[in-house]
Amino acid sequence: MLGKTAGSLFWMARYLERSENNARLIDAGFRIALTRSSTAQAEWRSVLVTAGQDQLFRDAHGEDYSSSRVVDFMLRDPANPSSILSVVKHARDNARTARTYLTREVWEAVNTSWMTLCADLKRQVREDDLPDTLTAIRQQSAQVRGAFAGTMLRNDGYNFARLGTFLERADNTARILDVKYYLLLPSVAHIGTSIDNVQWETILRSVSAHRAYRWLYGAEISALKIAEFLILYRQLPRSLAFCCDKMNSNLGWLHRSYDEEPEAARMASSMCRDRLSRPIQAIFDAGLHEYITEFLSANAALARQIERDFRFVE
Amino acid sequence: MRPPYRDFCDWFEAEDVARIQRKAQQAEAFFRTTGITFNVYGADDADERLIPFDVVPRIIAASEWRRLSRGIEQRVRALNAFLHDIYHRQEILRAGRVPVELIARNEAFLPMMMGMDPPGGVYTHISGIDIVRTGANEFYVLEDNARTPSGVSYMLENRETMLQMFPELFAKIDICEVSDYPLNLLKSLAACAPPACGGTPTVAVLTPGIHNSAYFEHSFLADQMGAELVEGHDLRVGAGRVAMRTTRGYTPIDVLYRRVDDDFLDPLNFRPDSMLGVPGIWDVYRAGGITIANAPGTGIADDKALYSYMPDIIEFYTGEKALLPNVPTWRCSDPEHLREVLDKLPELVVKEVHGSGGYGMLVGPAASKKDIAAFRKKLEANPGNYIAQPTLSLSTVPIFTKAGLAPRHVDLRPFVLMSPQGIRITPGGLTRVAMTKGSLVVNSSQGGGTKDTWVLED
Repeated sequence: MLGKTAGSLFWMARYLERSENNARLIDAGFRIALTRSSTAQAEWRSVLVTAGQDQLFRDAHGEDYSSSRVVDFMLRDPANPSSILSVVKHARDNARTARTYLTREVWEAVNTSWMTLCADLKRQVREDDLPDTLTAIRQQSAQVRGAFAGTMLRNDGYNFARLGTFLERADNTARILDVKYYLLLPSVAHIGTSIDNVQWETILRSVSAHRAYRWLYGAEISALKIAEFLILYRQLPRSLAFCCDKMNSNLGWLHRSYDEEPEAARMASSMCRDRLSRPIQAIFDAGLHEYITEFLSANAALARQIERDFRFVE
Repeated sequence: MRPPYRDFCDWFEAEDVARIQRKAQQAEAFFRTTGITFNVYGADDADERLIPFDVVPRIIAASEWRRLSRGIEQRVRALNAFLHDIYHRQEILRAGRVPVELIARNEAFLPMMMGMDPPGGVYTHISGIDIVRTGANEFYVLEDNARTPSGVSYMLENRETMLQMFPELFAKIDICEVSDYPLNLLKSLAACAPPACGGTPTVAVLTPGIHNSAYFEHSFLADQMGAELVEGHDLRVGAGRVAMRTTRGYTPIDVLYRRVDDDFLDPLNFRPDSMLGVPGIWDVYRAGGITIANAPGTGIADDKALYSYMPDIIEFYTGEKALLPNVPTWRCSDPEHLREVLDKLPELVVKEVHGSGGYGMLVGPAASKKDIAAFRKKLEANPGNYIAQPTLSLSTVPIFTKAGLAPRHVDLRPFVLMSPQGIRITPGGLTRVAMTKGSLVVNSSQGGGTKDTWVLED
């Protein structure tokens, strides 16, 4: 297949994943802003930082982190290249470029999701409509995923798209940890101030895992457990370990099918081996913040290597 | 009512109009989700629009089609013979049947093609011949499209849509298939592989990219043929071949079905500012390393200034009279013709010689006095740029409107494939319809629509 097409599939999947993640971040931010009006502005700011949009926001709106401003900016501002509307448009453009490699079902799901979004986001979304809008965005994204899983050939194109999904997802989970890591520092817990209930729920909600956590760990809320859950727990589809395992296996597939080992496959397997096979205590001992920073840069390096190995661009 | 419509009418009369209306709306939603849209150049919001689709098919009897297709085949053979001649010995110019200056000073003439033999001897691998009907047995050729005719994806999708909406019709009426077009296209292109090709030819479709108005069609055809859809930046020239960048390195292409104009093909040899083409592809082409379809320089054959010579051209190369007549045409470059045209301007259709897509034309009977006066100035300033034709009393076919069936003007673009193995014409083609009452302009860029075209089996 063409390198460009592989790149388009990879980016289509990244953008779709990003739109879903951003919808989840907005949802979590909205909840906490509703319940904590005193710290709402700070919460919105941290949402923007997590989504990598804080600088852009400040350039446009200064320090006014009001709910309606931030939500509108993140949902539909055409000047914001990471707004959900922009991101879904990018996803659709990439899908059009890779159109010949997508089944009709997948293309139609992507196209429908873009059309629905355009209609839903034509005007600023009212606060009481926001939950419905966010639900619709997640549903659209689920439809694309369903069509993808149900109809695509399991060939190299499939694997490139999956790589994009997990790379973006790992990036997102790591960013959430990066912004909120101070809440998880053992020192805070050691002093005896137990981790703020609302805050930890926000973190878990941002990865749609608050219920899963409860099932797994019961009522025990601990910084160590949350970090372990999000970083190392291999059954959670948004944990770093899960994403890295998947990337490792997608790259393994490409390695076998192409009969030569791409450098990216070596990098992914060393990420799994070196970063995700140690106990959570060891990670905390060595410094959670450093760990996350290193993970983010390793993940970004992996993305660049994939692009080189498979000739996405000239 | 014309006889071929009888079975359809029986069905239509027994149908519930509300159901058909509902189906028509579904068809629109279907086109939109499928992304069968086009971009309008020059529109403020460069957004994607639907081409209106009409649910009433245009129906052609088997005997009518046989006559038409003979005429089309003759015409396409003549076009190819003309192209070969004009880029070799230029017998037709020596014989004085076509004026030399029409070729020599024509931008569509590509001197670089002189003496060049395209693989398989084919120039117009794909052509579209626009045909109008003025009476029971009167068909005229309105225009030849020998560069990169578009619209075939609509022909295929219109049929697909009709099959989905009204399957019962297809059980009742025997209609010629069109769905084998992509496969025939692939075979036809592969049969023109260049000398450098070893083994099964690799075919690719070259598109200017997703912002091109016909991108849907480009991706559709590539998808249906199982061919890669490439852009200029996916390609490079090396070791005498044009190769595409795949995830595993560069793979040579044998046949390139390009949907990019000549000018943009090769920045080294044509327009230096082109970002759409492939530097050096021309040299590979000349050396037999790749087939370009259609061949560069075919534009000289469908140039509107040359159109009026087509009957002579057909006779010159085939020794037969043209089976399908031309629309009488005034060449405004000729002072006598120009005078006549200026006299009768409100009755005529005036077109730019190099224009396409219905841009920059005057439809006299539909234009206001002011428009005509403005056009007169343009015409007087640069007469060589225009041709004029009488407004034909085009036949109409029924379309479905809220008020029931209503007559509208149509044209027909059959698609013709040519390879060393022969000429193949898909039964029917694309019917374009002027959706506005009384209008004669069927171009999609001007609000025209399309409908399915049926050629009945015998």
